Amino acid sequence: MSASLAPPDEAGVAAVVAAAHAAREPLAIEGNGSKRGLLRPVQAARTLSVRNLSGITLYRPAELVLSARAGTPMPDIASALAEKGQQVIAEPPDLRAVFGSGEPATLGGIVAANLSGPRRIAWGAMRDHVLGVRFVNGTGEVLRSGGRVLKNVTGLDLCKLLAGSYGTLGVMTEITIKVLPAPEATATLLLEVPDLAAGVGALSAGLGSPYGVSGAALLPGTPNLAALRLEDFAPSVAYRMGRLREALGRFGDARVIEAEESRAFWRDVRDAAPLGAQPEDAVWRVSVRPSAGPAAAAAAQALGGRALLDWGGGLVWVAAPASVASHDALVAAAAVSGGTCTLFRGPDSLRLAVAVLPAEPAPLAAIGARVKAALDPAGILNPGRMRAGL
Amino acid sequence: MRIFATDKGTPPVIAQPAPKPEILARRAEILAALSALVPGDGVIGDATRLKPYETDGLAAYREVPLAVVLPRTTEQVAAVLRYCHETGLRVVPRGAGTSLSGGALPLADSVVIGLMRMNRILDINLEDRFAVVEAGVTNIGITKAVEDDGFFYAPDPSSQLACMIGGNVMMNSGGAHCLKYGVTANNLLGLKFVTIEGEVIDIGGAHLDAAGYDWLGLITGSEGQLGIVTEVTVRILRGPEGARAMLAAFKGTEIAGAAVDAIIGSGIIPVALEFMDKPCIHACEAFAHAGYPLDAEAMLIIEVEGSTAEQDDLLNRIKAICERFDPISLKVADSVEQSLAIWKGRKGAFGAVGRISPDYLCMDGTIPTSELPFVLKRIGEMSAQFDLKVANVFHAGDGNLHPLIMFDANDADSFRRAEEFGAAILTLCVEVGGCLTGEHGVGVEKRDLMSVQFTARELDQQRALKTAFDPQWLLNPSKVFPLQETPAAIAAE
Ligand SMILES: Cc1cc2nc3c(=O)[nH]c(=O)nc-3n(C[C@H](O)[C@H](O)[C@H](O)COP(=O)(O)OP(=O)(O)OC[C@H]3O[C@@H](n4cnc5c(N)ncnc54)[C@H](O)[C@@H]3O)c2cc1C
Repeated sequence: MSASLAPPDEAGVAAVVAAAHAAREPLAIEGNGSKRGLLRPVQAARTLSVRNLSGITLYRPAELVLSARAGTPMPDIASALAEKGQQVIAEPPDLRAVFGSGEPATLGGIVAANLSGPRRIAWGAMRDHVLGVRFVNGTGEVLRSGGRVLKNVTGLDLCKLLAGSYGTLGVMTEITIKVLPAPEATATLLLEVPDLAAGVGALSAGLGSPYGVSGAALLPGTPNLAALRLEDFAPSVAYRMGRLREALGRFGDARVIEAEESRAFWRDVRDAAPLGAQPEDAVWRVSVRPSAGPAAAAAAQALGGRALLDWGGGLVWVAAPASVASHDALVAAAAVSGGTCTLFRGPDSLRLAVAVLPAEPAPLAAIGARVKAALDPAGILNPGRMRAGL
Repeated sequence: MRIFATDKGTPPVIAQPAPKPEILARRAEILAALSALVPGDGVIGDATRLKPYETDGLAAYREVPLAVVLPRTTEQVAAVLRYCHETGLRVVPRGAGTSLSGGALPLADSVVIGLMRMNRILDINLEDRFAVVEAGVTNIGITKAVEDDGFFYAPDPSSQLACMIGGNVMMNSGGAHCLKYGVTANNLLGLKFVTIEGEVIDIGGAHLDAAGYDWLGLITGSEGQLGIVTEVTVRILRGPEGARAMLAAFKGTEIAGAAVDAIIGSGIIPVALEFMDKPCIHACEAFAHAGYPLDAEAMLIIEVEGSTAEQDDLLNRIKAICERFDPISLKVADSVEQSLAIWKGRKGAFGAVGRISPDYLCMDGTIPTSELPFVLKRIGEMSAQFDLKVANVFHAGDGNLHPLIMFDANDADSFRRAEEFGAAILTLCVEVGGCLTGEHGVGVEKRDLMSVQFTARELDQQRALKTAFDPQWLLNPSKVFPLQETPAAIAAE
């Protein structure tokens, strides 16, 4: 275990990074460390945690904005929002079970990994709702991008670049997000479908309907279960569920779950619980066009693994034996339709042996290296986290 | 942005980087080389035919480019960029040229690469809900291609009949319905992107959230400074069963602002929520005869979606909320026709203001919505101070303000005051916690105000990212950043 530094404030974070930059000394960057097992292990003697930068700094429900320091635990944000009937609309997962972590994720970690749940398909990803960031770049400078208003095209959008950069381009210290009302009512249509292709057909038909489906998942099993969620004011949910059921009845036997039962179902999907990943399994996330989801799931099953499909079939969670062969097979399966495969969780030996993220074409990789150098010239922020040697 | 209803007198001068003499001297050779790369009628070099490309939606500023190239394929774009890179030739990409911030304004020593001939729809996939289109397809063209199947492409800038998807990507354009559906960045899946070295790169694809750095997010809104987009993969959505609008008029701007807060606070996110102040209501009513209440200080147009019964339910909820704020009038459309009538005045707002004043500047700042009453009061005071009339339209849900400053372009002093008034409004937007531009982009218009919003180091960081894509600063180099501070290679005359 490396030495851990957890400064009390942004100035402290900046000072640690500036010193590390001067000394050319790599730092592992984290919040609560709940996703330490994600992507590749970082080779750094010291860890810089923003966990002490905690607390909501601005919340204006009527303006749909919330700012919080990067180390604020997600449950704190969720409960502050719930008091005003609002939520983080991208529905980021709680991956404590997947990563066997006791600590909840922080806002900084969720944004840095750009993690979104089932509602992504209807309301956008976590990165779509990041309005502004304060961050420390790799030389120790405190910089801002975006702001605290809902519409902003002033200058290059570093918010999106930092979201999903896993702490390799900057250490976020404070983040402003757009928040939205939590729906008054919710219900889910569950359809027993004969196979995964029919299941994705049902999800596509639902997503292609005018009823505003906000979750579309497929749980392989006996039977295979296609699930479509509606969320809105109660009269709307009641009306739309009637129409949806009518429209999709042809796909299989249907039943409807409502309210807390429906919410619990989607919490499970969000957190990949139905995947049933065993401790010895590795976990992948495959992103493909929805119609290619069943083929990716079949590849997982051929490895003796299991799959869970979300995002209308386009997000395939896979749990399978942790081996280079499994990884290669899933990467190949994703590539057939132009999709991507990410090794999400695995033993260090596997995480170090394979490209956990798909390789980029050479000209893009060259730009990527220059972008990394522009933000972190000494390469001290989370080296190797996303790709070997970067 | 400045819209000039008529083209009179000498245009205002905008500082431009010094043209490279060695490029100007090689004009004939450059035209010949480009013609070899884009054969047929793909290269324009004569003065008359170059003229239409000298400006964009910010018609105050003009500059005739060295040449215009109109490629038909990604390969041709790549070949032209490779040549520009080898020759040190500056490039100004261009879609439909509707930019309101001068984003497509040429440089005297630049080649304009116009994407309008790349206007094919390459793939429509309803099952997976995406479309692949070339950069020169118009915004409305995408929706037209899928609407018979009940689908649409969500971002809908008012210029949608003309503006092109490539331009939308580069400006990260918004529209009246972005409160619910998001702006361009939220509706993209992939791009075909050509670097200044002429490398063709596929970014993203037909799937969500491609792994790795979010290149799609960084390129979107980069105003033609990182590379050229030749193809775009967009998400298409199934449209709602129907939509309907209502109008609510109030005695004061604070009251209308409070009503907006109450609507959002009740958990309703209308698809559109537009705000007009008194001068704007009057201008629109005189123009469109939409039946707007002339005694109101502020008016809201609110649109909801769903089945007829759902629309009724939502409109009743909103009506009940508005009634708590002592409205002067509430008018709920009970048909599609009435809905269109309510929208008619708002959609014609720019034209309406154009009728009462020959020239106007349209600003595009965003503010936290709670600051609306204060900002409108300050704008009113400034209007007296600068002795110029102003009308305000506002996307109330997201705080994007469009003050229209009326002036007379024949009067140099009036134009100068209008520019100063505009800068003062944008500075105010930043001071209250907002930003310089919500959807029109920085372009040349707001580049010198960038230091109001960003620190020198923040601008350095952004410039370093541009350099990572375009080391010689050949791509649209005079935009976005304060001109005096751009790299020495392009310093102003
Ligand atoms: C009447 C009117 C109403 C408008 N309403 C709105 C509105 O409601 N919302 C809104 O957001 N905007 C609005 N605009 C502004 C404008 O229409 C948008 O900015 C639009 O996206 C520009 O598209 P374009 O094809 O005209 O691009 P252009 O003006 O040609 O170019 C815009 C910028 O993008 C670059 N560029 C263009 N194509 C490419 C490409 N393929 N690759 C790389 N760079 C490229 C150019 O260099 C330039 O910097 C309005 C404009 C007008 C005139």
